[in-house]
Amino acid sequence: MLVPHLLSLLIWLPVLGAVLVLAFGRQPDVARWLTLVISLTTFVLSLFLWADYVPTGAVMQFLESTPWIPALKANYALGADGISIALIVMSTFTTVLAIIGAWSPIKQRVSQFMASMLMLEAFLIGVFSTTDALLFYVFFEAMLIPMFIIIGIWGGPRRVYATLKFFIYTFFGSIFMLIALIYLHLKTGEFSLAAFAAAPLSAKEQMWLFFAFFAGFAIKVPMWPVHTWLPDAHVEAPTGGSVILAAVMLKVGGYGFIRFSLPITPDASQEFAWLVIAFSLIAIIYIGYVALVQPDMKKLVAYSSVAHMGFVTLGIFIALALVRTHGNPDGARLGLQGAMVQMISHGFVSGAMFSCIGVMYDRLHTRAINDYGGLVNVMPWFAAFMVLFSMANTGLPGTSGFVGEFMVILAAFQDNPLIGLLAAFTLVISAGYTLWLVKRVIFGAVANDKVAKMNDIDAREWIVLGAFAMAVLAVGIYPKPLTDLMEPAVMHLVQQLGITKV
Amino acid sequence: MIEFNSNDLLVMLPELFLLGATCMILLVDLFIKPSQRDITHWLALLALAATGALVWRDAPAMGQATTAFNGMFVRDGVASVLKLFVLLTTGLVFLYSRAYLRDRKLFVGEVYLLLLFGTLGMMLLVSAGNLVTVYLGLELLTLSSYALVALNRDSGLSSEAAIKYFVLGALASGLLLYGMSMVYGATGTLDLASIHAIADLSATSPHRTLLAFGLVFLIVGIAFKLGAAPFHMWLPDVYDGAPTPITMFISSASKLAAFGMAYRLLEGAFGGMRADWSLMLSVLSVLSLAVGNLFAIAQTNLKRMLAYSTISHIGFLLLGFVNGTPAGLAAAMFYMICYALMATAAFGVIILLARAGFEAEEIDDFKGLNQRNPWYAGIMAIAMFSLAGVPPLFGFFAKLMVLKVVIDAGQLWLAIVAIVFAIIGLFYYLRVVKVMYFDAPLDPAPLELPADRSFRWALSLNGIALLVLGVSWSPLLEWCQRALNV
Repeated sequence: MLVPHLLSLLIWLPVLGAVLVLAFGRQPDVARWLTLVISLTTFVLSLFLWADYVPTGAVMQFLESTPWIPALKANYALGADGISIALIVMSTFTTVLAIIGAWSPIKQRVSQFMASMLMLEAFLIGVFSTTDALLFYVFFEAMLIPMFIIIGIWGGPRRVYATLKFFIYTFFGSIFMLIALIYLHLKTGEFSLAAFAAAPLSAKEQMWLFFAFFAGFAIKVPMWPVHTWLPDAHVEAPTGGSVILAAVMLKVGGYGFIRFSLPITPDASQEFAWLVIAFSLIAIIYIGYVALVQPDMKKLVAYSSVAHMGFVTLGIFIALALVRTHGNPDGARLGLQGAMVQMISHGFVSGAMFSCIGVMYDRLHTRAINDYGGLVNVMPWFAAFMVLFSMANTGLPGTSGFVGEFMVILAAFQDNPLIGLLAAFTLVISAGYTLWLVKRVIFGAVANDKVAKMNDIDAREWIVLGAFAMAVLAVGIYPKPLTDLMEPAVMHLVQQLGITKV
Repeated sequence: MIEFNSNDLLVMLPELFLLGATCMILLVDLFIKPSQRDITHWLALLALAATGALVWRDAPAMGQATTAFNGMFVRDGVASVLKLFVLLTTGLVFLYSRAYLRDRKLFVGEVYLLLLFGTLGMMLLVSAGNLVTVYLGLELLTLSSYALVALNRDSGLSSEAAIKYFVLGALASGLLLYGMSMVYGATGTLDLASIHAIADLSATSPHRTLLAFGLVFLIVGIAFKLGAAPFHMWLPDVYDGAPTPITMFISSASKLAAFGMAYRLLEGAFGGMRADWSLMLSVLSVLSLAVGNLFAIAQTNLKRMLAYSTISHIGFLLLGFVNGTPAGLAAAMFYMICYALMATAAFGVIILLARAGFEAEEIDDFKGLNQRNPWYAGIMAIAMFSLAGVPPLFGFFAKLMVLKVVIDAGQLWLAIVAIVFAIIGLFYYLRVVKVMYFDAPLDPAPLELPADRSFRWALSLNGIALLVLGVSWSPLLEWCQRALNV
């Protein structure tokens, strides 16, 4: 079924919903149900994107364009390819689960929390669906506001520090991107991404533009060494905020590399690919070790997010090296596909891990690993889910975590076996920190009286964890629908990579 | 030969109307009882609205300028746009201030008369075609402002602020006049267009040094009126000491007029020395950005913080002049209008929170505002995010336009300085949001709202306007660009 203006609808429905929730959500339950209905509707609508996407057609589909600021030739231009659709569906899916997850833990100012979540969803869909650089920037920055509020109001004890750090850090990175966008606008006279990608740029221009984009997206991903805002933000954020932050917001960084850095500055990207690859490997190995020693569960998962996102940037930039220096488009395709699958997979896995921690936190109000132990004795169902997600986090075959990492490692081997070897090292480290976490928290004897009194998950938590588990297994066992969806976009990108601009 | 042409009167009909209406209000106010002062209030608003309608009706088509009284008075696109926004912001001052003034026993006819005369001065200033008209308009505005700052006679702080404002303002006026006299000495004319036409700027010209000195003095005068560093010393004290509605007037309407003055003098008279003044303005701009943003961080008083924030915004505004092209000036004008609307919203919430015997001036007074009244906390948050330049709010797009012209002028380093200070500035705006949303209120009772419904409606619309203009700011931008023939 073809829904007209589907992308606009997906963006504006949550905005409208947020206004409604604020206006009529005085009763917490009204706010919750209203939000759930709106987010479910958005999710169902986003499935139409997937259903109606024609893989044999143009790369960008569902196009919409209305002049926004004629003086700048900036348009309200929307369009989606397979990569966007996969990310949009993942965003709407996780938003629904985050809202169900926040059903009873959020007790104060419920309507404001729910409205913030809906606004965040709208801005995230906007980021993934726009083809206009100015509009992209607006959504890119606007999503900081609801997240700022979510962490700041409903967060933990150090929430103010964490949220200010989060806001200023990410704003700092992206404002350099703004300069780059204005520069490109003056160069081309437009704001459309297609025009930017077609603009001829000298090597020097490309270098500056590359670093301006890099500042914005590397902080968002986040890459080592600009990842330091993430553990703070995650630790202090409420569960719903953590889920969206880890599952969707970090993906905006990877998406930005694909949409901006690679097509607009391909030569500079090639020249500095070694830098990005080095940072990614450091993230994968060093941050993995950092995760190992964390006494706080949320911090551990946050660091593991940094390490896993290292695979995304590794896959993207390995692809560039494969096309340019080895003339190996198939390998590049593998790398990019792997990076994309890893983005989706990490969205599900990290969302699920944070939801699990949220379930434990709601019962004992502590995130310290030492306060737990032997949960399997009192919460068998929960333990089953937690172990499944931990396996996915370590990249066990059959779970989604395996597919993306395996593809990226395969691609890396084709470029340089050493890089592949170092990247493969993650399987050991991530198994180390994740399994050790599981051992200390889930297994063993019941640690203390408080743990003994914990109840197993209720129906609401079952829905959240069950849905995540289905997604993790679906992508892990049969990733073909996902890779098929993204195939045309990835092929197009590989072609673009081959064209030098200098 | 100087002739009187009766058609000239029609050119300045809005000003004449406002003058007549003000005199009438003066008379009416004399004969009504203090309890009937609301009549003055509504009459003053009516006068502003009618003047606005006249300005709107007579707004010239693109690129047209009409002069009157032998070039003393100019009516062009820039003048019309600025006048409309001066009238709008003055109207907002009236709407926001009634309850505040009444609570403090300052609800007297003089406030209205002084504000209306100040408005007349601003309208004259932005339409000035002659150095004398510039000075006349400026003095009408500033003399009214000095008296308004001292309105609360019993407050030592107010009197101190007024004296500071007066002494430094008189000094700046003196410098401005001195500069004008030099320009007159070099060119033999006071007419801005003639100065532009006949000023001999060639390297061998004997007048070049004199003109350059004159220009420096004029820029000092302009910088003082705008509050650009290092001529900003008066600004925090005056913002702090003046009654809040007057602070709002000085930070919004009066800044629009100061922009008009800068435009008339720099572009109108000294367009030929663009290279000289754009260099001077870029120095002022960087200094203002630095002083404004860095000093604002240390403030605990919200009005003083907003004073330093004004200074930083003036720094951004001056960046628009650096390019010197019509596009740059249009961006600067767009920025100034945007700033005026943001400032009215921010000061409006401060006025809203104030009660008899209590000024909501400290940032801590805003603690937990979200729990006490989410709607007005939301408006203040919109104003703060907008001032900080976070999309999708209006303030971002004003910054975007200015950055665009700066980069277009090849001054990439200036753009980078500007954004680095914008990041620093982000911190103190976020602190206000933090206090409102994340801190527990000192007094958990719901906020007592003033009974004045027109105030609440106007303030709500002002806040929503920042959001709506953030989504659809194209018409306003095009209006500014048309005014400058871009």
